Amino acid sequence: MATIFRSSRRSPADADSADIEREAVPVQRAHSVLDLIGNTPMLEMTRITRGRIPPGVRIFAKLEGFNPGGSVKDRAARKMVEKGLESGALRPGKTIIDSTSGNTGIALAMVGAAVGYPVELVMAENVSRERKKIIEAYGAKIIFSDPMESSDGAIMLCREIIGKNPEKYFKPDQYNNEANSLAHLETTGPEIWRQTRGTITHFAATMGTSGTVMGTGRFLKSMNPEIRVIGVEPDDAMHGLEGLKHMASSIVPGIYHERELDSKIAVGTEESYEMVYTLGRDEGLLVGQSSGAAMIASLKLAQSLTDARIVTIFPDFGDKYLSTNLWIGWQEWHRKRTAVNP
Amino acid sequence: MPVRVRVPTPLRRFTAGADEVAAEGSSLRQVLENLEQRHPGIRERLLDEKGDIRRFVNIYVNGDDVRFLDSLNSKVKDGDDISIVPAIAGGR
Repeated sequence: MATIFRSSRRSPADADSADIEREAVPVQRAHSVLDLIGNTPMLEMTRITRGRIPPGVRIFAKLEGFNPGGSVKDRAARKMVEKGLESGALRPGKTIIDSTSGNTGIALAMVGAAVGYPVELVMAENVSRERKKIIEAYGAKIIFSDPMESSDGAIMLCREIIGKNPEKYFKPDQYNNEANSLAHLETTGPEIWRQTRGTITHFAATMGTSGTVMGTGRFLKSMNPEIRVIGVEPDDAMHGLEGLKHMASSIVPGIYHERELDSKIAVGTEESYEMVYTLGRDEGLLVGQSSGAAMIASLKLAQSLTDARIVTIFPDFGDKYLSTNLWIGWQEWHRKRTAVNP
Repeated sequence: MPVRVRVPTPLRRFTAGADEVAAEGSSLRQVLENLEQRHPGIRERLLDEKGDIRRFVNIYVNGDDVRFLDSLNSKVKDGDDISIVPAIAGGR
């Protein structure tokens, strides 16, 4: 089997600890796009962390943008549809429906196409144009809810649509379906354990449905109860971190069990946006705002630690957001950065 | 001059839950100042330290994005309809 070898150049952080080795990543051959979900690469953040975190701390990001649908949501979508088919809740004649602001919609549309079921998605009208087009390209139908009502409006409209025609629909219900967390318990968690050779000490992930942090955290704690699991959320109800939920002011997802978290870190929208710019310029990584938030949180977490391996999740890449508010202010930021550090 | 301001869910804690409130002013800046007097705390959510509209906040006057009008200096008149819309949908 052909392999792609990652750079053999060792980062400065590797010098004192050789236990996280560089690996050959096999090129996979599959018969369904669903088999390409997961096994995403992990990247150590070496440039952006230089001089910003204590010397004994390392930060690794799992790049979920490498999933075929382009985000971490592929994992949950596949698992929820699989579970639906297994239980018979999803069977011929049914349509998959859910409320989603984007990445889950893309993932469900992709999975639906791959298993041959129609998909309908309810989302607030203000989600990015690229996402709407991508979803339509997979053959799914979009139903718009009032942008003033945010994601809670989409949830309520979706309930209403199903209420009118309950027999027609299968609703994966990512907010309340434990298969969402299970996907991470079965895939994301074990991958991180393997990729860090069991040396991970902290896991920090942004929360939307909270499936990633719940499932991954559960697995990691089962392997080593000392691992700290940290949820990352916006610092205010009024925020611009698409995909994330400010738990205190939202409909709390049924799969969210706060007691399983060791702590939470709040991040601001603007600092997260600027971190996206920094990741592009300093690491050569163009990601979405939730990855910016994850990186900000990891840097905050690192400050209080002396000897730690922090793993975080970068939920997707940034190409879906180029037309969004994320990039308002980039030119000004870039000018300032270039003036200071040409 | 009285205008109608539509308030998104995450800001309704400042308006006692109201999804629509009245405010006065002849420019968007004045309307937001007036809104702050009536509903203290709301301005900080909309404007940054420099007084500019936060990047993730979209404001529309009669359906037009003020970033394509005159931003905070956009003129408003009696009966205009102003909408504040967060640039996200939240919840993946």
